[in-house]
Amino acid sequence: MKLTRRALFGTTAGIAIASTLAACSASPGGGSGASGDKIRLGVNYELSGPVATYGQASVAGIKMAVKEINDAGGLDGKQIELVEYDNKSDAAEATTLATRLMSQDGVLACMGPATSGNFKATIPVADDSKVPVVSGSATADDVTVDASGLKEYAFRICFNDSFQGTIMAKFAAENLSGKSAVIVQDNSSDYASGLAAAFEKEFTSLGGTIVATEGFTSGDTDFNSILTRLRGQSFDVVYLPGYYQEAGLIIKQARELGITAPVLGADGFDSPTLLELAGAAPLNDVYFTNHYSPIDEDPAVVEFIKAFEEANGEQPNAFHALGYDLGKFVIDAVSRASELTGEAVKNAMAETKGFTGVTGTFDMDENHNPVKSIVVIGLKDGVQDTSEKVG
Amino acid sequence: MLRNILRWALPLAAAYGIVLLLIEIGVIDNYLFATMMTICINIILATSLNLVVGFTGQLALGHAGFMAVGAYTCAIITMRVDGIGGFLLGVAAGAALAAFLGFLIGLPVLRLRGDYLAIATLGFSEIIRVAINNMEITNGAAGQSGIPRHVDWNWMFGFLALTLIFLWHYIRSSHGRRAVAVREDEIAAEAIGINTTRVKVQTFVIAAFFAGLGGALYASYFYVLQPNQFGFLRSIDILVIVVLGGLGSMSGSIIAAILLAVVSTALAQFTDVRMIIYSLTMVLIMIFRPGGIMGSREVSLGILGKAFGDKKKEVTR
Amino acid sequence: MTEILQQVVNALSLGSIYALIALGYTMVYGIIKLINFAHGEIYMIGAFVGYWTMRVFHLDFFVALIAAMIICMVLGVLIERIAYRPLRQSTRLASLITAIGVSLLLQYTMMRFVGADPRAYPPLPDYMNQSFNLGGVVIKSQQLVIIGISVLLMIGLQFIVKTTRMGKAMRAVSQDPEAAQLMGIGVDRTISFTFALGSALAGAAGVLVGVYYNSINPFMGIMPGLKAFVAAVFGGIGIIPGALIGAYVIGGSETLVSSLGFSLLRDGVVFAILIAILSLKPTGLLGKNVREKV
Repeated sequence: MKLTRRALFGTTAGIAIASTLAACSASPGGGSGASGDKIRLGVNYELSGPVATYGQASVAGIKMAVKEINDAGGLDGKQIELVEYDNKSDAAEATTLATRLMSQDGVLACMGPATSGNFKATIPVADDSKVPVVSGSATADDVTVDASGLKEYAFRICFNDSFQGTIMAKFAAENLSGKSAVIVQDNSSDYASGLAAAFEKEFTSLGGTIVATEGFTSGDTDFNSILTRLRGQSFDVVYLPGYYQEAGLIIKQARELGITAPVLGADGFDSPTLLELAGAAPLNDVYFTNHYSPIDEDPAVVEFIKAFEEANGEQPNAFHALGYDLGKFVIDAVSRASELTGEAVKNAMAETKGFTGVTGTFDMDENHNPVKSIVVIGLKDGVQDTSEKVG
Repeated sequence: MLRNILRWALPLAAAYGIVLLLIEIGVIDNYLFATMMTICINIILATSLNLVVGFTGQLALGHAGFMAVGAYTCAIITMRVDGIGGFLLGVAAGAALAAFLGFLIGLPVLRLRGDYLAIATLGFSEIIRVAINNMEITNGAAGQSGIPRHVDWNWMFGFLALTLIFLWHYIRSSHGRRAVAVREDEIAAEAIGINTTRVKVQTFVIAAFFAGLGGALYASYFYVLQPNQFGFLRSIDILVIVVLGGLGSMSGSIIAAILLAVVSTALAQFTDVRMIIYSLTMVLIMIFRPGGIMGSREVSLGILGKAFGDKKKEVTR
Repeated sequence: MTEILQQVVNALSLGSIYALIALGYTMVYGIIKLINFAHGEIYMIGAFVGYWTMRVFHLDFFVALIAAMIICMVLGVLIERIAYRPLRQSTRLASLITAIGVSLLLQYTMMRFVGADPRAYPPLPDYMNQSFNLGGVVIKSQQLVIIGISVLLMIGLQFIVKTTRMGKAMRAVSQDPEAAQLMGIGVDRTISFTFALGSALAGAAGVLVGVYYNSINPFMGIMPGLKAFVAAVFGGIGIIPGALIGAYVIGGSETLVSSLGFSLLRDGVVFAILIAILSLKPTGLLGKNVREKV
C-alpha cells in the first residue's frame, strides 16, 4: 500500500512538472505576432466561472469566423492562429493573461473578455504593450472612453448600454403608450444596471413614472417572491434588463402569477434558451433590443445562422453572433494594417468604415465605438414576429 | 538574536536581489512579473491564514471577505488621494479596517468550534460581498476600474517582507507558543492559564489585517475590482495553498503559493480541462499526502538562499 | 392578505427543496463529522439524470425521479468509498479540502460535457402544469408535488432512522463509532448506507427543482448546497428535525426579505441569521450543549 501511494503521488507530481515544462517550452517569448506564415491572435475569455456561458459562446463565434478564413486560404496565404486562455471570469486573471498574450505569445491583437469589467482590466496592459484589445460584448458606457480620456488601444463592436436603454424607453412610451413601468434588474451585473439607469432616465423624461424597482442576482432561480410583490401594483410595462438565463425564468414565473404586462428587455434576451426556459405561451408581448434579427432576411444573417447551426448543432445567440463579427472584424483590421504590428492594427481598427457583419454595418467613431443601428424585436409565442430598425 | 535575524534577513535579501537582477537583464518579462505579483499577494494571504488555521487550529473560511475590505478601501482612497501618500494611506486604512472587522466578527464567532466556525466565517465573508455589491461608494456590481497602479517590485517586496518577518517573529514569541498550545489542546491550554479566546481573537485579527494588506496590494496592482472576485472560491483557493503547503508551516505556504502559480500557468492553455485537473490534483494530494508538502516543518525561510539542504527545523513540539 | 398567503406558498416550496438537501448534509455530518461540500453537486447531477431520463429516454416524471435517486445513491456511495474513506483517520481539514475538491471536480467535469449554459427541462404532462387560483392565491400543481414528495420522503427517512436496524446502527455510529464497532455494527457499511440515503434525497431534490424552475446547469448546486448547509447548522447539525426546521426557516426568511423589497440583501440576511443563532446558541437551535470532559 505504501508503495502504491508513493508511486501515485510521484506520478501526480510528475504530471505537474511535465506539464509545466511543456508550457514553458511552448512559449515562444515575444514576437511580432506573425511568426513565419502564421498570424497570432489572442483569445482571453471567461471559459469557466460565473459568466462562462458568455465567454464560451463568444469563443465559439470567433472560432467559426477564423475557421472560415483559414479554410479559404488564410490571410494573404497566412493562417490565423488563436492562442486561447481562460480567465476564470476574474478581472485580475484577465489582466495577467492579457500580459501573457502580449509579452510571451506575441499576439497582434487580443479578443475579449466578454464582460465590461473584465475587459476594462485588460486595457492598461494593452496601452502599455501597444497591442489592441477588442471586445464583442463589453457594453458599459465608459469602456473605451472615460473621464481620463480615450483608451487608445481599446475597441468594441457592440453598442453601449445607454443606447439600448434609451431606445427601449422610447419604444415603451411611444409604441406601447406606457405611462408607468417597473424595473426588474440583475443587480450582479454592471450590464443590467447600465441599462436600467438609461431606461429610467429616458422613460421619466418622456413623462412616464417608474413605479417600483426590484433586483435579483444572476444564478437565482426563484423569483416568485419579488414577482408576488409586483403583482399587487399597477403598471403598464416591465423592463427586465438581464440575461436570458434568468429572464426566461422570470417571464415564465411572472405569467404564471398572472402578470400580463408587456416585458421589455435588451440583447441579453437573444438566445434560443429563452424560449426553452420560458416556454412558448409566456413569450407573448415580449420586446427586446438587439443587434440583428433573423427575420430581416438579410442574406448575411440567414447564411450565418445556417452555417452556425450546421457547425454547432444549435441556434446562435447574441454572443455567438458578436463573437463571429469580432473575429471577422479583427482579421479585417489586420488585413488593412500597413504592417503587422499592434500599432498598425490599432490604426486600421480606428479607421474602420462600413464594416459589414452579421450584427450590422458600422463605422468606428472617434471614441472607438461602432456607429450601429439597433433592432427592436417583438416575440409571438416565443418566435420573432416583428422587427423594427432604429437609429 | 542576531542569528535569528540573519535567518530571515539573508534569504530575503537574496530573493530581492536575484529578482531585481533578473528584471534588469530582462529574463523576467511583463507576464512573469505579473505572475510573481500574484504569487507575492497569495503568499501574504496564505501565511496569514496559516496563522489562524495552521498555528491556532481554528478553521476559518472567510479570508476573501477581509481581502475584499482591504482591496476596496485601498481602491477608494487611492482614486481620491493622489500620489504615493494616497497609496500608503489606502494600504494602511484597508488593513486596519479589515483588522477591525476581524475583531468585530471574531469576538462572537471564535467561541465556535471547528466546522461551525468555518461556516460562520464563510457566512461573514458572503455578507461582506453582498454589502459591497449593494453600496454606492463601491460602485456595486460594476466595481471599481481605473485604480492607479502604485505597486512595483520594491513596494510589493517590502510589504511581503514585512508580513513574513512579523509572522516569523510572532510564531516564535510567547504569543505564538500560546497559539500552538490552543491548537494542541484547548482545555489543557485553558487549565494552565492561557486566555484562549484572547489568543484566538488576536491571531484572527492579525490574519484579517494581513488579508486586508494583501487585498490592498491586489487592488493597487490589478486596476479593476469587482465583488465577484471575492467569492467563496477565493477563500478556498487561499485555504488550498495553506493545506497544500502544510498546516503550521510558513515555508510550506510559500512553496505551495509558488507551485500553484506554476501549475495554473501551465494549465492556462488547456482551457477545457484545467479546472478538472486542478480539482483532481487537490483530491489526490489530500488522499496521498494529507499533511501537505511540508507537514508542519519549516525550511529555514530561505528557499532561495540556503535552499533545501538546510537542516529542517521543527517549529512545534 | 392574498399577497401574504401567496408568499407563504412560495416559502413552503423553497423550504421543502432546501429541506431535502439539508437532510443529506445533516445525516452525513452526524455520522462522520464531515461537511460534504459535494452534496450540492450530487443534487445537480440528480437534476441532470432526471433531465436525460425524460428527454432522451422519454420516460415519465416519476421514473425520472426514481432513476435520479438510484444513480445519485450509487454516486454518493462511490464518492465516500473513493475519496472520503481513505481520509477517515486524517485531519478534519484534509477531508474538508477533499470534499471541496470533489465538488469542483464534479462541477467542471459536468461543464466539460454539457457546457455552462442552462438547459430547460422537457415539457411536463398536463397534471404537472395546472395551477389553481384560490381567491387570488395561485398554487401550481408542481408546488403541491414538491411539497408532497418532500414530506413523503422525509416521513420515509424518519421511519428508516427510527425503526429499522440500519437506522439504529446509524444512530449508534453517529454517537460513538468505536463503541458501535465493538457492539458488532459494521461501521463502513453504515456510513455507506448513510451516504446512499442522503444522496438519494439530494437526487430527488435535483429533479424536483428541475421540474419546478425549469432550468438546470452544472453550477446550480453551489448556492442551494451552501444554504442547505446553513439550514442544517441552524437547526443543529446532525439532528434530522433540526435540519427540517432550519430549511423552512431559511426558505421563509428568504421569501420574507424579498417580499419586503430587499431581495438584493437576501443572501446576506441568510448568513446574518446564521451568525446570530450561532453566537447565541453555538450548537444550533436544537443542538445539545455537550460539555467537553477532560
